[in-house]
Amino acid sequence: MIALADCNNFYVSCERVFDPRLRGQAVGVLSNNDGCIVARAQELQAMGVAMGAPAHEIPPAIRRQCILLSSNYALYGDMSRRVTAVYRQHTPHVEVYSIDESFLGWHGFAPSTLEDRCQVVRHQVHRDTGIPISIGLSTSKVLSKLANHLAKREPAYEGVATLPPDSAITRRVLEQLPVTEIWGVADRMALRLLELGIETAWELREADPKRIRGHTSVVMERIVWELRGQDCIPLDDMTQPKKQIMTSRSFGRLTNDLADLREAVRTHASRGAEKLRRQASLCRAVMVFVRTNPFRQDLRQHSESVVVALPRATDDSREIVRAAARGLEALWRKGFRYQKAGVMLMDLCDRAAEQLDLMAEPEDDAQRQRRERLMATMDKLNREHGRGTVSLGLNRQGGAWQLRCAHRTPRYTTRWDELPIAWM
Amino acid sequence: MSLYLEILGRADETAVPMRLPLAGDQVRAGFPSPADDYLEQELDLVELLVPHPHSTYYVRARGDSMTGIGIYDGDLLIVDRSLEPRPGNVLIVSVDNGITCKRLGEIGGRPHLLAANDAYRPIPLIGCDVEVWGVVTHNVHALAPGVGR
Repeated sequence: MIALADCNNFYVSCERVFDPRLRGQAVGVLSNNDGCIVARAQELQAMGVAMGAPAHEIPPAIRRQCILLSSNYALYGDMSRRVTAVYRQHTPHVEVYSIDESFLGWHGFAPSTLEDRCQVVRHQVHRDTGIPISIGLSTSKVLSKLANHLAKREPAYEGVATLPPDSAITRRVLEQLPVTEIWGVADRMALRLLELGIETAWELREADPKRIRGHTSVVMERIVWELRGQDCIPLDDMTQPKKQIMTSRSFGRLTNDLADLREAVRTHASRGAEKLRRQASLCRAVMVFVRTNPFRQDLRQHSESVVVALPRATDDSREIVRAAARGLEALWRKGFRYQKAGVMLMDLCDRAAEQLDLMAEPEDDAQRQRRERLMATMDKLNREHGRGTVSLGLNRQGGAWQLRCAHRTPRYTTRWDELPIAWM
Repeated sequence: MSLYLEILGRADETAVPMRLPLAGDQVRAGFPSPADDYLEQELDLVELLVPHPHSTYYVRARGDSMTGIGIYDGDLLIVDRSLEPRPGNVLIVSVDNGITCKRLGEIGGRPHLLAANDAYRPIPLIGCDVEVWGVVTHNVHALAPGVGR
């Protein structure tokens, strides 16, 4: 069995752990420099504010009722590390899929005990970190993702739902699910399926896998098998293109050579950047991870990731590669034999939706020089007066509102001078 | 541009940072060094005070309601969320407008949050929207301010 553990409204939940005043409020988290919504509290979703919406497009009436925070990746990265540490206490097979989602493998555990086990995990994550999570259980990744949705949506499940592949409940869920909503099905492919008369996930599951492959792709054929409960899609192929881009690969042999890892991370980062440009997106943060082989328990284990925030949303390979390289340097440790390294581009936004940015137009030499001078001045200001003193691409119309809302909360867990304060 | 980049934290975890004087696993073959038996780890205060790193948080104390048990303004509290609160424990609790630090006790058989300063009244726990945030395990109080960070 496979479990997908997903933190509920992760960024917002992190903020609420350290500031109880945010509980029950319509909290939104904005990307650092461009003012798009990257995370929403339930209360904000209920007001109809969409994911990725530019903050300046939120109607004033709603804006007055909500609290918009700048993203605090230092906090989210640290809290994610703590959540993952709890998972690792329960199973050695933890695959971090994004900053707030992990797949937990349960090979060798009796299936009948897993729901209880997952409840224990869920309670412990909440106790140790204050973060609410939901867990979906099934035999394939696609089905466990659907089980996770169910666990989140239906309070009766108390945060843990199972979808056994051949059960009535699974059939009902699949029958109600349009193919466009299946994890990993791109819009273009969904159209092709509609042409074949396949509209729901159940119809896709019942289709002949060979015929599907002939008309679409190998990935789609695998999705058919996944819907039938067979785990056959590697994690890398599962990323949702509009949300994150993951590039990773196992090494041919275990290695501790930093040069090997650098090379791999550089390749993954630039491949990710290419994908990013192809789909006309920008990313705002880069997550780098390395891990040893969890099946070689005779070797020392190290599995870790870091999040490197980018100064602004970008699709520039140089910036992304540089960020990834910095992340790797922070992760790599001597004496471990690594099996895998990867790069995830996070918090994507549409290039078109991006606000006016100095980099939006191709530049000539004079422009570039001006930009570099500007960057140097900005660096100096931010260094001398504190990070965030000046930043790029802020919308000017809502100046007053930005002063009130667009700020980052303290980095509660990673800075001595920003610790949470207990008033006594 | 590299000045902009900042490592913001680890999204995953392995062991607690520990400093080892020599890596024992370097010795693969040959006669083991007799000195290996005498190698000692450096003493690590974090290891002593923080048995559960992933559930431990540091919190800054502000105010004077807990001076009676030696918690002063500016002290650094080590808080473990994984511990079950017991009577007598000093707790971090979250209330409507933030987090505060009080001792868990009883008055007339009912649980109360108690200050350690007569100027502050006890807070009854029943009928009050209070959530235990964590148990304070240690207080770091500087006796030579300015030494250390």
